[in-house]
Amino acid sequence: MDFKGFDHPDRQPDGGTRSVKVMIAGGFGTGKTTMVRSVSDIRPLTTEETLTQASAGVDHLIGVTDKQETTVSLDFGKIGINDRLVLYLFGTPGQERFWFLWNGLFKGALGAVVLVDTRRLASSFRAVEEMERQNVPFVIALNVFPDSEEHPVEEIRDALDIPAHTPVVAFDARDRASSRDVLIALIQHLKDRTAPSLELR
Amino acid sequence: MSGPRRPTDPSGLERYYVLTGGRSGPGGSASGLDVATLIISRAAPAPGLQHEHEEILRLCRDPLSVAELGALLGLPFNILAVLLSDLLDAGRVEARDPLPASAAGRGPDLALLEEVLSGLQRL
Repeated sequence: MDFKGFDHPDRQPDGGTRSVKVMIAGGFGTGKTTMVRSVSDIRPLTTEETLTQASAGVDHLIGVTDKQETTVSLDFGKIGINDRLVLYLFGTPGQERFWFLWNGLFKGALGAVVLVDTRRLASSFRAVEEMERQNVPFVIALNVFPDSEEHPVEEIRDALDIPAHTPVVAFDARDRASSRDVLIALIQHLKDRTAPSLELR
Repeated sequence: MSGPRRPTDPSGLERYYVLTGGRSGPGGSASGLDVATLIISRAAPAPGLQHEHEEILRLCRDPLSVAELGALLGLPFNILAVLLSDLLDAGRVEARDPLPASAAGRGPDLALLEEVLSGLQRL
């Protein structure tokens, strides 16, 4: 094993690197993992959490013993912003009911991108609701699949009941530049937001 | 198809029990760990350390997120958090939480957002 790195004379001390995180949300099959893969500097990795939840249908009794272990996976990637800042992208689990079980999953995130497959708008309803409930600022990214019909942005905004101040952009999750532009739209949106009432909880 | 029942442990729960000494959740300093928290070694791997502790110290010579550590070590977040809590309590690693877009009571951190924006534009 190589332990030399520690006392190597010309090793630069870590210059106070910090991280920021952005969540990629959306219904099952909307392209979350594809987006993480196309924009990440590293091959996307998967991290897991073992969650314990009461079996469906049982009462919320304290000390209930009928519990299930569920493994929830997060695909993630990272982007080097500069030599002291790293952006982590986390693709949320497809089943939104796990989001609140993974304690603090959205806490501390700069914001979120909610992916929408315009052929199946309903699959992203829950994601939009959840962002609003958790007070996470977000942009809507319409993942344009080859056989998607043309959908005017305003029509989709109405259908998903997206507030006027929330940007809706169309993109191709397989394309690096296109995915990067969605992240830029999110950060720009965060910059444009004003007033202390909009801060993350 | 099924032979006599053997004490198998396909979920790895037994292994996790051994790794953590039976502790099921992070306590103390690790309870606030985030998947994007950066872990940085502050001590060299010393003889006598638990193998996983040693691995973490080796991997985190350069800052590595909790998520990356979990993926590299093949450990779920909650188990890793217990191991990290040991190292944090012993001062062997440092943890840096992800920077939020705005600090409580202080409005958006425009300098941070600007930094992220220009980094993305250079991609």
